[in-house]
Amino acid sequence: MNAFKLDGRDIPFEPGQTILQAVQAAGQEIPHLCYHPDFKPHGSCKLCSVRINGRMVSSCTAPAHDGMTVESDMPDINEERRTLLQMLFVEGNHFCPSCEKSGACRLQASAYELKMMSPHYDHFFPDRPVDASHADYLLDTNRCILCSLCVRASRDVDGKNVFALSGRGIHTRLIVNAKSGRLGDTDFSGEDKAAHVCPVGAILRKRVGFAVPIGQRPFDPPHEGD
Amino acid sequence: MDAKSRVRIATTSLAGCFGCHTSFLDIDERLFDLVRQVDFDRSPLTDIKQVGDCDIGLIEGGVCNAENVHVLREFREHCRILVALGACAINGGLPAQRNHLSLASVLQEVYLTAPGPAGGLIPNDPELPLPLDKVHPLHEVVHVDYFIPGCPPSADAIWQVLTDLVAGREPVLAQRLIHFD
Repeated sequence: MNAFKLDGRDIPFEPGQTILQAVQAAGQEIPHLCYHPDFKPHGSCKLCSVRINGRMVSSCTAPAHDGMTVESDMPDINEERRTLLQMLFVEGNHFCPSCEKSGACRLQASAYELKMMSPHYDHFFPDRPVDASHADYLLDTNRCILCSLCVRASRDVDGKNVFALSGRGIHTRLIVNAKSGRLGDTDFSGEDKAAHVCPVGAILRKRVGFAVPIGQRPFDPPHEGD
Repeated sequence: MDAKSRVRIATTSLAGCFGCHTSFLDIDERLFDLVRQVDFDRSPLTDIKQVGDCDIGLIEGGVCNAENVHVLREFREHCRILVALGACAINGGLPAQRNHLSLASVLQEVYLTAPGPAGGLIPNDPELPLPLDKVHPLHEVVHVDYFIPGCPPSADAIWQVLTDLVAGREPVLAQRLIHFD
């Protein structure tokens, strides 16, 4: 059987699987944000970076090879992941105390898991207008981490092509494919896969915020003694 | 323990809501354990007006006006260890949501346009500190040694970091004590 070593543990894999796919199939995890099992990998967040023969690769795109040795849960690698998270936090307006996604946000949960105590860098404080034109959903791209999951879901699953990433460099942002650029002028709906894949608080359903008690949100820590 | 070897702590609120101080007081009876080991210098809880030489400075709130900058620099100068307490001190917090508005439009809206008892005058007495055009986290103005996240951080998180620092240990928060909301 094909297998490789992840931090000293044997991980079996099927030919064609990526490192991350094999690790997840074996019931283990590597931190990640832009990877989702239902979509082709994107490779933008870099959080799933692992080390093979001294070289960093994205485990969501790198194919598994028999007999290779992969390092993931190492202090220096986790330090780099923390740095990536800090970069994402300062690039956006991540004011968790008033975000409806707090406690259910993968960016935030990743920061907790990797013990990010502060964003460290100077803040960008971006100023992109909130799009509340849609009857049931709102779009705050100041929280968007450009994972492109909504782009992939809308294009590849919903067949609607509502979203796209546009611009270059730090000006890259999520846009809506309508002449007006407004979500309300598309056929986007709550039935869409794209309405349910945002890992952060960029795409939010209206009028359901703060319904889940603190302590019961998906990523809330378990109570002591649980 | 003589006065010299006792740990001295100063605290202040800049562009804060005093919620982090309230969460600090949420350590409840542990406050009695703490005051057996430490003395408080300038703090909203004492009557000391000027911060003196301290071991630890706890600061809640971001930096939103000229007086905040002044106090923050004084704390940095006098405190061996400076701790950013809470979301505002760490990333500006919810007050930094004004950063996408122009300061002039905010002042006009509050003092001139909005209905109410404002009296149609933007306060201009030199006694009042001028607001900065943006709200900033502490670490954009001075070096910060430790950060305790949360809005506010839980009493347990504050207790953990304080007891670690008072004992001369590197503060470590358990993952369950790390939250940003």
